[in-house]
Amino acid sequence: MADTKSMQIENKQVDKKKTKSHRITFGIIYLVLAAFIWIVFVNGTDTSILTTFNMTPGGSSAYMDDWIFPTASTLSTLAFICAIAGAYQIIRGFGKFTNGILALVAGIFIFSFLSWASSGGSINLAGLLRVTVVRAVPLTLGAMAGMLCERSGTVNIAIEGMMLTSAFVSTVIASLTNLWIGMLAGVLTGGLIAWIHGVLTIKYKVDHTISGTVINIFATGITSFLSSKFLQKTDYQYLNEPGMFPQIDIPVLSKIPFVGPILFSHNMYVYAMFLLVPFLTVMLFSTRWGLRLRSVGEHPKAADTLGINVIKTRYMAVILGGMMAGFAGTYFTLGSSGRFDELLTAGRGFIALAAMLFGNYHPVGAMGAGLLFGFFDSLSAKASILKVPIPSDFLGMMPYLATIVVLAGVVGRSQAPAAAGKSYDKESL
Amino acid sequence: MENQKQTQNKPSGIAVFFDELSKSSGMVTFLAILTGILIAGLLVALTTVEVYDAFSISFWSGIKEALRTAWNTYSSLFIGAFGDPKKIAAAFQGGDGLEIRRAINPFFESLVQTTPFIFGGLSVALGFRVGLFNIGAEGQLFIGAMTSVYAGYAITGLPAYIHIPLALLAGAAGGAAWGFVPGYLKAKTGAHEVIITIMMNYIAFKLSDFMLRGPMKDPNEYTPKTPWIQESAQLTRLFPDTIRFHIGFFIALGVAYFVYWLLFKTTWGFELRTVGSNPNGARYAGINTTKATVVAMSLAGSLAGLAGANEVLGLNYRLVPSFTSGYGFDSIALALLGKNHPLGVVLSALLFGFLRNGSRQMQLKSGVPIDIVSILQALILTFIAAPAIIRSIYRLKKPDHEEETIKVGSWGGN
Repeated sequence: MADTKSMQIENKQVDKKKTKSHRITFGIIYLVLAAFIWIVFVNGTDTSILTTFNMTPGGSSAYMDDWIFPTASTLSTLAFICAIAGAYQIIRGFGKFTNGILALVAGIFIFSFLSWASSGGSINLAGLLRVTVVRAVPLTLGAMAGMLCERSGTVNIAIEGMMLTSAFVSTVIASLTNLWIGMLAGVLTGGLIAWIHGVLTIKYKVDHTISGTVINIFATGITSFLSSKFLQKTDYQYLNEPGMFPQIDIPVLSKIPFVGPILFSHNMYVYAMFLLVPFLTVMLFSTRWGLRLRSVGEHPKAADTLGINVIKTRYMAVILGGMMAGFAGTYFTLGSSGRFDELLTAGRGFIALAAMLFGNYHPVGAMGAGLLFGFFDSLSAKASILKVPIPSDFLGMMPYLATIVVLAGVVGRSQAPAAAGKSYDKESL
Repeated sequence: MENQKQTQNKPSGIAVFFDELSKSSGMVTFLAILTGILIAGLLVALTTVEVYDAFSISFWSGIKEALRTAWNTYSSLFIGAFGDPKKIAAAFQGGDGLEIRRAINPFFESLVQTTPFIFGGLSVALGFRVGLFNIGAEGQLFIGAMTSVYAGYAITGLPAYIHIPLALLAGAAGGAAWGFVPGYLKAKTGAHEVIITIMMNYIAFKLSDFMLRGPMKDPNEYTPKTPWIQESAQLTRLFPDTIRFHIGFFIALGVAYFVYWLLFKTTWGFELRTVGSNPNGARYAGINTTKATVVAMSLAGSLAGLAGANEVLGLNYRLVPSFTSGYGFDSIALALLGKNHPLGVVLSALLFGFLRNGSRQMQLKSGVPIDIVSILQALILTFIAAPAIIRSIYRLKKPDHEEETIKVGSWGGN
């Protein structure tokens, strides 16, 4: 008894030490960023140079004037704010606002980078943010798919494979019938593959990561196989013409300058994301259904004792997650490119997993992380337009680098459900 | 149990043999491969238009056509992998050296394809032994190829017996650096190596794209390619022209033995394996798990880097952008098939190498896309990972002892 108490105290001291070193590390990072903005960005630009941010995306009717400001003086102000934040962080710390300040400093840095990269010219800020929202869709949906599985105790790294397969199936079915049936077929495909994942992990107790990898290899193989056998042949081109979901402008809201075109002038996938995030939040955290699902992932034995069917709940959660991943997969073809190409998901399924971890297994967090990664994605796509002396390959690395930095725990380690990755065995203790 | 068996009516030798056979894990492996081949064959038949045409004539002609399609696929795969027996016999009767070499070339070409699989499989297997899932072999392979090709063309005036090991070491070092990062992050921050290594893969691809178009580009070429490596860095070929078989295969075998020795014959290897099988116990026993994780990932990276080095130093002699080999990903299936044992890895690398080489011929001759091989691999891997499926299909008996299954830690770092 006394032992545990002293251990607890010891742990607390260790924690305190940790937070202190954490605090100082962050403070130093802020100072370094401030110095970076000052030395690299401000020193390289002439005081008379202006930066122009276009506030209207191309083709939008909701017009807003361009935002023009002098580059050097704005940047020095921002560097100053960063430096103050860093100094205060080292001396006092921001307490419970730490994460908010971190986001602020990161935002300032990115903003400075953009102003510097487009100094003397212009950059379409509204267009950049609009694409960010679009790119966030598969990541957010994929992250929520992983979340459904993992909250119930099944690790699912097969999101990528599920997306890829459902993208393929939805393309073919939509080409033969119509968009909605194609999308439905994609969703069902995701569910079917998830069911296989469930059988392997829940029934046969295969290691979850290995089962996921098998599904990824299989999905890559089968979609490439069928694609090069049929979709790439001229005789079968009609199978690869599914069309795309049209853009729907929400009345009134889409007319708001700046915000309207960014948020309310998309195809149905973006709106689906906006609706699914709060819906899933409520379902997971405020209903009996959600409580049961989470209990099975945290402590299956206890849930079992209370009469919850662990196996059934896990199957349900995994299949629902797979359907969500399938829905995300159909975005790539029916919502973005309008045709299927081999390996078109390009690792988005894995970035979605990182978004899930970063979002701390919460739908809102997942969307935040999805938007962040979406921003980097959007930025790397815009790299060629920027007058940056950075090769496009390096900007292309940014989503992946950001994922690593996030996972390595700059923001602290996320809490995985306790039983995630452990197959449930009724007999064992 | 065994006493009972002996006292009861003594079973005949054959019965005991079959009894033991149905319990052995070798039998499961064999049946897993067989089942995978059958299902993949079915898939090929199902995606062939001629089969459906034949079915519209009559049921039996449909079945016949389906069997014929599957047979054609696999026979062209076999000929592609081993060479055409008729041609070989004819060439030996003719006695012309070039003809003989052409006839037996497929076999040696399969060995050439096997070589990077051995390195890659060892890389993944070593990771698994320490409880780490190295999906990053592909990226490490890229980086290894890049560093070794640099050592191959930038350093001049060395004799081959120094230059070859140097270039190989450069490849190993490059791969090790790429493996070190996820290892370090895993050990220090608990970031799961699966996602980190996948991200490292994409970064490696982008980096090699950049290097090929920028610093490492051959100025005399329009397209992004590196310069040719020095002749002194080329891995020695053992036959005259048309056969590309080189000493890399034997180096791979040597490295496989080295990994075996390291893992199973040294204290240090024992520690690594303990960390893999029981991390908490290892920590309790005073083993430095942090160090083990970092070192194991770096070592795994260096093995994958050697696979890349082997490709550029032994075959291509330069680095081109379309170097997307897929060896790194296939190595995962291969390591699991080989039960993460160096000898098993070598055997399954042979299987994969012959499959891969044969599949090219198959694609040319029967028009079946090469991707069927990765479907086949996924199927085999599924059955290996879930032996219960195979046991229930073929009504095999349960083994007396618990089967070894592979476990990879979850996100939480446990």
